[in-house]
Amino acid sequence: MTQATASTMTTHNLSVRYGKHLAVDQVSLSIHSGQVTAIIGPSGCGKSTFIRCLNRMHDFIAGVEVDGQILLDGVDIYGPSVDPVSIRRRVGMVFQKPNPFPHMSIMQNVLSGFAFTRKRTSKSKEEIAEIALKNAALFDEVKDRLNAPSGALSGGQQQRLCIARALAMEPEVLLLDEPCSALDPISTARIEDLIHTLRTNYAIVIVTHNMQQAARVSQVTAYFLSGKLIEVDETRKLFTNPADQRTEDYITGKFG
Amino acid sequence: MIKNHTNRAFDNDLRILRDRILLIAGRVEKMVANAIKSLSENDTALAQKTIDYDKSIDSDEVIVDRMSIELLAQRQPVGQDLRFIVSVIKMVTYFERLGDLAIKICHRIIELNRLDRSHDAGDIADMAKSVQAMIRETLEAFLERDYEKALSVIMKDDAVDELHHLITKRLIAEMHAHKELVENYYHLLSIAKWLERMGDHCTNLAEIIIYMIKGQDVRHKRLAPTE
Amino acid sequence: MAAFSEQDFLSTANEMKEVESARVIVGITREEKNAQLVERIFRLLCLSAAFLPLLILAFLVGNTVISGLERIDLDFLTGFPSRFASKAGILPALIGTFYLMLLTTIIALPLGVASAIYLEEYAKDTWFKSLIELNVTNLAGVPSIIFGLLGLELFVRALGLGPSLVAGALTLSLLILPVMITATREALKTVPKNLREAGLALGGTKLSVTLRVVLPLAMSQIITGAILSIARAIGESAPIIVIGAATYLAFLPNGLLSEFSALPLQIFQWVERPQADFVENASGAIVVLLAILAIFNLSAAWLRHHKEKSRGSL
Repeated sequence: MTQATASTMTTHNLSVRYGKHLAVDQVSLSIHSGQVTAIIGPSGCGKSTFIRCLNRMHDFIAGVEVDGQILLDGVDIYGPSVDPVSIRRRVGMVFQKPNPFPHMSIMQNVLSGFAFTRKRTSKSKEEIAEIALKNAALFDEVKDRLNAPSGALSGGQQQRLCIARALAMEPEVLLLDEPCSALDPISTARIEDLIHTLRTNYAIVIVTHNMQQAARVSQVTAYFLSGKLIEVDETRKLFTNPADQRTEDYITGKFG
Repeated sequence: MIKNHTNRAFDNDLRILRDRILLIAGRVEKMVANAIKSLSENDTALAQKTIDYDKSIDSDEVIVDRMSIELLAQRQPVGQDLRFIVSVIKMVTYFERLGDLAIKICHRIIELNRLDRSHDAGDIADMAKSVQAMIRETLEAFLERDYEKALSVIMKDDAVDELHHLITKRLIAEMHAHKELVENYYHLLSIAKWLERMGDHCTNLAEIIIYMIKGQDVRHKRLAPTE
Repeated sequence: MAAFSEQDFLSTANEMKEVESARVIVGITREEKNAQLVERIFRLLCLSAAFLPLLILAFLVGNTVISGLERIDLDFLTGFPSRFASKAGILPALIGTFYLMLLTTIIALPLGVASAIYLEEYAKDTWFKSLIELNVTNLAGVPSIIFGLLGLELFVRALGLGPSLVAGALTLSLLILPVMITATREALKTVPKNLREAGLALGGTKLSVTLRVVLPLAMSQIITGAILSIARAIGESAPIIVIGAATYLAFLPNGLLSEFSALPLQIFQWVERPQADFVENASGAIVVLLAILAIFNLSAAWLRHHKEKSRGSL
């Protein structure tokens, strides 16, 4: 039985402007722990821009205006007294192209978050790394070579290393920005399987341009178009009988 | 489907599937029309022709099923496309059954015409006409994606059931009254039963068509006219 | 639902096979022969363009090196300049060059790297940044003697440092700073953007990401650039002449404000003398200078090669 889950992250009328261009237009969306929310939409629909608001990655880009609220457990992450570093510890991100640090070993990569945030922990470093690597379904493959450079791993393994690196910080939310786009089908399948096991403990958001992946992996799907949230619904309903004609056009490939 | 799929090969495949199911539907409609015609005109030859015609439909069913499954595997369709293909798979079964029933009726007509004909088949002809109209309306509902027409078919079934009930009562009474015509009336009873079943199949088809159009599953429910 | 039948495919394939075999029999066409000839001539031209300068260089250097090697011995390397050619040595010049190199590195390297980091990682795209970049690019092309004049006015006279080691080092630093900034920026650019993103997403500040991710990865290329820049600096004679480095120094430099000499200067001075022996001395000093430069350039090349090998998949 599913228990009632407290909403972990909610956006209220979130808008993002790059100069004159409105990339995200008044989006209100809730993301819950225990489920995977997929965000789909054509190129330029604002889905990547949206997800990067959730861990304040836009802070590093000049000329970006963010309006509206993003609440993490009830607290606005753009509030005046909020430390962005603490947000990024609680909201982890995995990128499209696997990006482990090449000058660090596998072990160092997994623990690199600690070097950046000075997070305190009671566990030993080895323990943390082992747990994170196990949760990322990578431990068995690398346990004998934790000090080997990360560049020696395959693409799929590197991506799981990036996931382990994010998990080591024990985040509440996991943001996946097209995590399988650069991977072969088998690696993709392994990561989708991994996402399935991870969702019980995290709120996961996955941006994907692959609709079948969204259908396979998520419980809730949101469809973005030109910066607006057109429809958000249970995945199985959205893909069999969407409410909005625009959603129907996109998922059946009548778009453009 | 006003807009076309960006992938035109997919559009083409869907069109081919649609044409094929329409072909099957058209054949079945013709068979039923012929059966009813040979009933009212005592035309044994037509009935025989209709029975022979049945051979081609079975292979069509196999082709439609194969095409549908291939499309599901190749295209992983969603939304309306998915509902369309799944509906086609289900509808083909009911069309096959309609065809079978038409054949059965033709066989009975041939039997009937061998006997001495002094029976009264008037109201059965009326029932047959109603069923024929239902089939026509079902096909139109599918062709035009018309929700109202599909609903209307479902509504009409009650009248057909009622007709069947009355005809059965009359025929049984006739059987008691004219024991020498029992065989005739027996055949007529069977024909009436099968016409009623045809009406039921039309209802099933209409329910599937409503699912295809609206995504609502209306089976085993009494429909309110506002839905 | 196939548009073609199996038969259609087979017949087309057979047709194509026939055309192919016909081609082989006839051989290649005249057009293709011409194209191949042009290709060969072009390749030959490129090859000679590459080797010709090397041949010329080998000829020029070869003469000097042969006579220079004969002159070098321990006395030459440890001796002081003298009016007598046979007794003259290059020790002060050698030590001066060494100190210059050290000081220039200490001054220019941090400044260059810090400027490059600012321009590459922090500066916002404004007219101000474009102005700085324009200046850096332009300064890289300014003749070294101008830097000498600048050093003379600013360091030697205005700041009152006199014709000292520190003034020389400061001047040379200014000379190589633009090149070093550019080389460091190129090194920083080779670090992919998504690695910075990864660090930032893990909670790093821009500074910590730069220090822990970008710099370590760019370091070998930065050092390569630095080595090459400094190698250029120690080979420059114009700036240190203008500053007033001593052409005849009988003692070793003894402090930052001390007068100094340097190898290029010593070479210049000896070459000016009419006596043939001094030309021999000059050749010797040239060989020493070339050896030092060779060591620098080779280590830069080795570093680059070694780092590329151990890169793995980036």
